[in-house]
Amino acid sequence: MSADTTSAIGPVKDASFDVDNPAPYIEAPRKRTGKTPRATRGNFEMAAWLFMRLSGVVLVVLVLGHLLIQLFLDGGVSKIGFAFVAGRWASPFWQVWDLLMLWLAMLHGANGLRTVINDYAERANTRLWLKGLLYTATVFTILLGTLVIFTFDPNIR
Amino acid sequence: MATPVLDKVEAESAASPYITVTFRIRRFNPEISDAVVWEDFQVSIDPKERVLDGLHKIKWDMDGTLTFRRSCAHGICGSDAMRINGKNRLACKTLIKDLNPEKPITVEPIKGLTVMKDLVVDMEPFFQAYRDVMPFLVTKGNEPTRERRQSAEDRERFDDTTKCILCAACTSSCPVFWNDGQYFGPAAIVNAHRFIFDSRDEAGEQRLEILNDKDGVWRCRTTFNCTDACPRGIEITKAIQEVKRALITRRF
Repeated sequence: MSADTTSAIGPVKDASFDVDNPAPYIEAPRKRTGKTPRATRGNFEMAAWLFMRLSGVVLVVLVLGHLLIQLFLDGGVSKIGFAFVAGRWASPFWQVWDLLMLWLAMLHGANGLRTVINDYAERANTRLWLKGLLYTATVFTILLGTLVIFTFDPNIR
Repeated sequence: MATPVLDKVEAESAASPYITVTFRIRRFNPEISDAVVWEDFQVSIDPKERVLDGLHKIKWDMDGTLTFRRSCAHGICGSDAMRINGKNRLACKTLIKDLNPEKPITVEPIKGLTVMKDLVVDMEPFFQAYRDVMPFLVTKGNEPTRERRQSAEDRERFDDTTKCILCAACTSSCPVFWNDGQYFGPAAIVNAHRFIFDSRDEAGEQRLEILNDKDGVWRCRTTFNCTDACPRGIEITKAIQEVKRALITRRF
């Protein structure tokens, strides 16, 4: 066995730490709290998980159909204008399509971002603020979009 | 002038199986410094030996301060899970020849748990999550005078998850657990699965309720890190999905 040990950096003796005064352990971020939080009765997390799967399937049809109509058929993107939108929203079918797409896409995206924030924002306060911002933006966009779809006036001046 | 005997000795030494391997180990000793350093050790070792043998050679012959856990050294006790070349494995089940010994072999403590010294981590949060899913048989009524009978098919249902040795290789390979230790983690869910699908057990509903919570199975992102890490070859991600399915189908 070769006896030479080559150190990449080598252990540096720090004068401020010794046997009686050890350095703090290297803690993992957000480690498990000593007491397990009390179980909450409720199926919110399951409902959110199921909603992601089901809305995802519906959104594939809605969004791909939307993109096809908007960008490819009948001359593609150049045809889009006020008149084109007004024409489509004259039909209740497209109103429902767009309304459904708006709600599902916003809730789907918001729930996805919620899980990302829960997973990655380390401090409780950061999570609170990010989620507050997320929910505000989601509610605002959904309400505004719904208002526009229902009160759209093609003869607006 | 060489005698035949010497020739034989020389031929044997030329055919020596030993090669020199560099072990690059992540060291942390709170009694010396609060800083983490990577230390290199040149070890002459037979490539058919295991990483644990290399660690033993270092601890016994080169640097006695190297600290790591191991008990049985044969892949059953689950003490020596560590991050070898960036992957969670048992040091006692990883052969040098399977690791590309030309390059330095990096050895780190498993992630997501508090590092106490060198490769030793605080396993308490891991075992706390394990205890929280009630990993024991719960039944009602009088105890039978004989054993609790079970058909071979009923036993087969949860056979895979009985193999767990609680080494924490799966839980400490899970990116959700790295970022939020409050997540129960794959190992706890595997051990809940072992009792939820046991026909003799009667607390499956309770365990499902525990795992239905915010930090339960719904935090699983199916990255399959746990299945890749498991030294026992348990299909962990599949077990977690089976618990999810049981939660969804139990009432509808």
